[in-house]
Amino acid sequence: MPETHKPPEQFTLRLRRFDPESGVAPYWDEHTIELEPHRSVLEGILQAKADADGSIGIRCSCRAAICGSCGVRINGEPGLACHTHLDHARAGAGADGVIEVEPMGNMPVIKDLIVDMDAVHWKKVQRVTPWLIAKQPVPEREYLVEKEAMVDITQSMACIQCGACVSDCLAMEVDPGFIGPAALAKAYRFVGDPRDDEQDVRLRDLAEDPQGIFDCTHCFKCVEACPKGVNPMGQIMRLRRIAIDDQKIVDKNNGQRHEATMVGLIKDYGLLHEAEMVPRSYGGNSWFGKFHPAAGKELLASLPVAIKGVLKGKINPKIAIFGHKIPAADLKNVQRIYDKVESRPERYELNLYITGYDEVDEETPVPVGTTATNGDDESPAAPDTEGSAA
Amino acid sequence: MPSHDVLIIGAGLAGQRAALAAAQTGSSVAIMSKVHPVRSHSVAAAGGINAAISVDDDWRSHAYDTVKGSDFLGDQDAIEVMCSEAPAEVMHLEHIGVTFHRNEGGELDLRAFGGASMKRTAYVADITGQAILHVLYEQLMKHHETVDRYEEWFTTSLLQDEDGRCCGVVARDVRSGRMETFNAKNVILACGGAGQVYRPTTNALIVTGDGIAQAYRIGAPLMDMEMVQYHPTTLAENGILITEGARGEGAVLLNSEGERFMEKYAPNKMELASRDVVSRAEQTEILEGRGVGAERSGIWLDITKVPRKRTLEALREIVNIGKDFAGVDITREPIMIQPGQHYIMGGVKTDIDGATQVEGLYAAGEVACVSVHGGNRLGANSLLDTLIFGRRAGEHAAARAATMGMPKASTADAQLREDVATIDAIIARPRTSRRVSEIKQELGDTMNQYVAVYRDEAGLAQALEIVTRLQEESKSAYIDDRGTVFNQDVLGALELGYMLDCAQATVVAAIERKESRGAQFRTDFPERNDAEWLKHIDISLNVNGGPPGVGGPQISYSPVTMTQWEPEERKY
Repeated sequence: MPETHKPPEQFTLRLRRFDPESGVAPYWDEHTIELEPHRSVLEGILQAKADADGSIGIRCSCRAAICGSCGVRINGEPGLACHTHLDHARAGAGADGVIEVEPMGNMPVIKDLIVDMDAVHWKKVQRVTPWLIAKQPVPEREYLVEKEAMVDITQSMACIQCGACVSDCLAMEVDPGFIGPAALAKAYRFVGDPRDDEQDVRLRDLAEDPQGIFDCTHCFKCVEACPKGVNPMGQIMRLRRIAIDDQKIVDKNNGQRHEATMVGLIKDYGLLHEAEMVPRSYGGNSWFGKFHPAAGKELLASLPVAIKGVLKGKINPKIAIFGHKIPAADLKNVQRIYDKVESRPERYELNLYITGYDEVDEETPVPVGTTATNGDDESPAAPDTEGSAA
Repeated sequence: MPSHDVLIIGAGLAGQRAALAAAQTGSSVAIMSKVHPVRSHSVAAAGGINAAISVDDDWRSHAYDTVKGSDFLGDQDAIEVMCSEAPAEVMHLEHIGVTFHRNEGGELDLRAFGGASMKRTAYVADITGQAILHVLYEQLMKHHETVDRYEEWFTTSLLQDEDGRCCGVVARDVRSGRMETFNAKNVILACGGAGQVYRPTTNALIVTGDGIAQAYRIGAPLMDMEMVQYHPTTLAENGILITEGARGEGAVLLNSEGERFMEKYAPNKMELASRDVVSRAEQTEILEGRGVGAERSGIWLDITKVPRKRTLEALREIVNIGKDFAGVDITREPIMIQPGQHYIMGGVKTDIDGATQVEGLYAAGEVACVSVHGGNRLGANSLLDTLIFGRRAGEHAAARAATMGMPKASTADAQLREDVATIDAIIARPRTSRRVSEIKQELGDTMNQYVAVYRDEAGLAQALEIVTRLQEESKSAYIDDRGTVFNQDVLGALELGYMLDCAQATVVAAIERKESRGAQFRTDFPERNDAEWLKHIDISLNVNGGPPGVGGPQISYSPVTMTQWEPEERKY
C-alpha cells in the first residue's frame, strides 16, 4: 500500500524573470511557498502566482505531463515544471536549498519562463516533412501492419513537443541549424511507420543534410531531458542505422564513415585512436585509409586544432599517435561484444513500449519483428530510456 | 481586417477536424486558439475512441449503448449520426497516420470500455487523444497554405451584424497584447468545456468555458448544463486522471474491507458500468465509511490484476502518473482514487450539423451540446463526438459560406474599443478588493461541494447564492500584471467571468431538474421521472426575444428526440 504523504513544508523558488517591456535586464525573483513535498514545482509556481504575483509568466495547462506547455530549466536541468517534485528539486538545488527555475535554452525568451518555440522548435519540426505520406492505394479499411510496428513508433509518438530536449541539445548550441532531437524523433515516427511511402527519400534527405542525423554528437543530453521516455537520441541512432545498413546511404558529409570509423577503432583498439580518426573517416575504415589523399587534406586541416589541444594539455601526443592501450584480455572482451552483436541475423532495437522498464524484468524480452525498423534489444548497453523516472 | 469563410475558435480535436474538413472544400479557413494547438486539452484524452468497426459489431449496438449511457436524455437522431459515421472516421484517422495499436492480425485492436456491450474502443496505448491531436496537427502543418493558424490568440468577443448573425470575433494576440478584429462568414466554436469551474478537476487550466459563455452572452441557448460528469478514477489531491482503460484492461475497485463493491451496484458490468453509476457507487462507499486512506475519502483501484507486460505496453501513461504524481507503482500495488469532475455533457445547443441558434455560429466538441451524451457520456465517446461533429460543422459552415458574401461586421470597431477598454479597466483595478485567484478557488470549492455526485435543493441554493456573490465580486477583482506581453493575469480575469457564467447556468439547471438522471442525482428526488423530466433544460439569456443579459438566466425546455429506443430501466 502506498505510503501516506508528508505534511506541507516551505520551499523557496528563485525564478528567472524578464519583462521585455521594462527595459530592465533579466533578474532573479524569490518566492516562498508551502506545499506537500511530493507536489510539483509547477504547483509551487502557481501558488506564488495566485497568492503573491500574478505577473509571473509561465505556459502551463494540463498539470499532468501530457500537454508539454511547462518546459523550463530547474536547477539548470531541462524538464517539465509539472513533472518535477518539490522535494526532488530541492535536493538538486545549491547549498541554500533554493529551487532555481529558468526558461529553456536554445530558444529566445519572450517573457519570464516563456520561450519562443515557433522560432526554433516548430520550425525544425516543419523541416522534417512531419506528416504521413501514405502508401497507395489507400485501403478501404485500415492498413494491415504488424502489431509491434505501431507499438514501436508509439515511443516517438509519445513526444509531447515540450522542447526540453531542444533546450539542452549541445549540438544545437554549437550549430543552431541542427535539426535537433525533437524534430528527428518526429522524423523517426514516419520512417518507422510501415504505412509511409517515402522512407528512403526521408532518410536520404536527413542523412545528406549537413545539419541532419549525422550532426548529433551522441551526448545523451536529450535522453536525460525527455520527460516522456522518447529517447530522441536513440531515435536518431536508429535513423542512422536504417540509413546506413538498410538503405545503403553513403552521405556526402562523411557522417556515416565517421561513425563507422568510431565503431571500427573501438573494435580494433578497445579505445579511441585519435591519430587514425581523421584518416579513417576520410580515407576509409582501414589502416590503408590513412594514405588516401582526402585523408591527408583533412589531416592537415585538423592540425591547428590538434596543436592547440597539445599546447593546452588536452591531448597527449604520445597517446594520440600510438593510441590508447588496454589489456589484451579486455580487448578480447570488447571484441566478443562485437562478435555477438554482428553475428545476429537481425538488428535489435530497444523500445520502451515493448521492453518496458530497463530494470531486470521477470520475463526475458522477446525479440520481435522482422521489419527493418523495429525489434527488441537485450543489450545492457542500450540507452537509458527511463527519462521519466528521473 | 483579416476575413475568412470559416473561422474556428479552439484547436483541439473538434477545431482541427473542422478546419481540415472546411479547407477540403476550398473555403478560406483560419483556426485560432489561446494556446498552441497541441496544448489543447484533447491531448489528455487517454483511453480511446469508440467505433463499431469489428466485423461482429453494429453501429446500432453502439448507438443503443450510448442512449442507455445517456440515461435516455441523449437525442437519438444525433447519436445515430455519431455512431453510424464512427467507423469511417476512425478509418480516416488511421489513413492519415494515427498509430492505432493492432491485434495479431495487423488490424485495429479494440479494448473494453465502460457501458459498452462489446469491445469497440480503438486506442494508442493510453495516449489516444495525444496521438490523434498530434496527427491532426501534422495535417494542419501539411495544409499550412490553406489553413491560416492564429496560435496563442485569445478570443474576447463574438461579433454580430445588424441582423444578429455571427460575423467574426475580436481577439488578442497573447504574445504582443495587440487586439484585432476578424471578419468571418461563419464562426465555429471548438474551445472545449468548463472543467476549471470545479476544484479539483481532471481538466487542464485552460478549460474555462470561454466559448460557452461567449455564445451564451450573444443569445445562444445552453442545454443539459446540469449534467456534469464525475470520472470514477481521479487522484484525490489534484484530480489527475487515471484512464478508464485501466478498468477496461481488467483493473478492479476495492473498498476498505477489500470488497469488490461494484458487485452490489452493477452485478453484470461491474467496474465497466457507465461512469455515473461507478462514481455514485464509490461515493456511496465513501459516505458509508468504507473509504480508504487517512481520511477514508478514497477507493483502491487495483491494476495489479492486469499482466505487467500488458500494463507497460498499453497503460504506460498511468504507470508514469502513478509514479510521478502519487508515488505508487501501479503494476505492484493499488492506487487511491476518487470520483472527480471530468466532463460537462452540456454546452451550447446545436443541431446535428453543429449550428447553434445564432445564425453563422457553430459549435462542436465539449463546448457544444448536440446532445449525444445526454445525462452521462460513455468513455471514449468524447473523442468521437469532437471528430464527427467537428467535421460536420466544418463541412456545413463551408457549404453555407459558399452561398453568401462576406457579412459586414458593422459593430467590429465598437466591440474592439469596448474589449480594449474592458481589459484596460481590469488592469487598472485598485488592489482593494479580492484577487481573481481567490474567487476562482472559492468557485471551484463551492461547485465541488454542492454541485457534485450527490445534490440537493439546499446545497444547490447555497451554491447559487455563492456564485451570484462571486459574480459581483469578480467585477472588481484585481490582478498584478500591468504589461501587454503575455499578460496571462488579465486573461485569467476574463476567464473567471466565463467560468462564473457557466457555473451559474449549471446550478440553475441543476435546481430546475427535480429528478435523478445520469450525472444529476438529487437526494431529494432520487428517482428518474420520465413523465415530467424526459426533456432537455435550455438556459438562455434572452429567451423572450429581449436583449441578451436582461433578467439573468431564463429556463425553457426542449424535447428529447427519440427514433428507435424507448426509455427503460437502466441496469448494468
